Amino acid sequence: MIKIDNLSKSFTLHNQGSAVIPVMQGATFEVAPGECVALTGNSGAGKSTLMRMIYGNYLSASGHIWVGETDVATAEPREIIALRRATLGYVSQFLRVVPRVPTLEVVAEPLLTVGVDKETAFAKARDLLSRLNIPETLWGLSPTTFSGGEQQRVNIARGFAHDYPAMLLDEPTASLDATNRETVLSLIEEAKARGAAIIGIFHDAPARDRVADREINVSDFTPARAA
Amino acid sequence: MTIQPLLSVKDIRKTYGDRVGCSDVSFDLYPGEVMGIVGESGSGKSTLLNCMAGHLPPDSGQVLFDTRDRGMVDTLTMSEPERRMLSRTDWAFVHQHARDGLRMGVSAGGNVGERLMAVGARHYGNIRTQAIDWLDRVEINEDRVDDKPSAFSGGMQQRLQIARNLVTGPRLVFMDEPTGGLDVSVQARLLDLLRGLVREMGLSAIIVTHDLAVVRLLADRLMVMKSGHVVEHGLTDQVLDDPQHAYTQLLVSSVLQV
Repeated sequence: MIKIDNLSKSFTLHNQGSAVIPVMQGATFEVAPGECVALTGNSGAGKSTLMRMIYGNYLSASGHIWVGETDVATAEPREIIALRRATLGYVSQFLRVVPRVPTLEVVAEPLLTVGVDKETAFAKARDLLSRLNIPETLWGLSPTTFSGGEQQRVNIARGFAHDYPAMLLDEPTASLDATNRETVLSLIEEAKARGAAIIGIFHDAPARDRVADREINVSDFTPARAA
Repeated sequence: MTIQPLLSVKDIRKTYGDRVGCSDVSFDLYPGEVMGIVGESGSGKSTLLNCMAGHLPPDSGQVLFDTRDRGMVDTLTMSEPERRMLSRTDWAFVHQHARDGLRMGVSAGGNVGERLMAVGARHYGNIRTQAIDWLDRVEINEDRVDDKPSAFSGGMQQRLQIARNLVTGPRLVFMDEPTGGLDVSVQARLLDLLRGLVREMGLSAIIVTHDLAVVRLLADRLMVMKSGHVVEHGLTDQVLDDPQHAYTQLLVSSVLQV
């Protein structure tokens, strides 16, 4: 489902003496449907960079990122938009929403954009919000005023609303209490069971051991630093 | 994917004497896409928008639009009546200052109804019902339908302008700093409204702004302009999160974090 082929990336900082920082080289691996692969490596090794490249947030210098039929490394913006809408989900660590939109709509939105009818979309959103213990009294309010933990759970609910065939999870269990952590792990297991290909970053080692089938050490793709 | 672009802009160039307004601008916009154009003042973004919308004649280039009856037509060489019809039906233009896009001496309902009448609506009752429906969609209370826009707040005027523009169900909306000059809570409300309308109506839009937060929330794609040229173009979050050009890097890093 996801196939990374000889991927490389460097950052050029034009306003800091045009410093060129190579951050990735020769990244190659595959993720099959129903499989969860955990990215490991020290902080700064490039785990998040790789995730963002797969999502199309960061440009790739060379190589390919196949997600289904789309090569994110070379696709047109509108192809990436279509891919994100239907195929590739991303649960980041931050919730970014239009102010004033009620939580229930924030969660249902990914379903509405793929054309699911309102009733079904809102039913799924309600179900996810209850599973993640967001009190019903908050559903009609914008999540911008929620606590950090609540925002993160809303973000997870939104990320799992649509059954994406491929998913990227950036620290999905960080700062969750035991009950909610358990719910998130079940959501990941359910996604795997329906055949989603998942790439995740988990600093929570027991969580990683439970859901990940394999680990990929991103340090293997870090270019040797020229002194 | 073999979807036809809705708008295809080719090599637009506009100069003011020796000064370059904008130059070598080309891009395709597809149905349902929202594109942001950012850059500092004087970068040529408003010149470009006005050239595309037919408010300014460019020195050279083409602005091809997928018309309902004739397919792709260069709007710059269209006959004047045809272009006027287009700007009343399939196109809409939201000005930064609502008073430039509204008739200040006509009631709110009249402002919305006027555009309907321009495309042939004649039944007073229907026009009024539709006007009230649109005022409701932009969150202006029905009891204000007979008030003149001069009695409205800035945010309300802007929402009224949007209602007036969208009532005829356009396919392409040009927006020039639609949230400029509004206080932040009103901005948020307007952004929410615009996003909902874009999704429900499948609109395509081109939004000129200097506010990067606005484009992040509204635009799928982003074009960065400097000194009349496009220096960078891509997916909005990619351009903002991994800017490639020196100017974009400076622009992104200059934004104050809230």
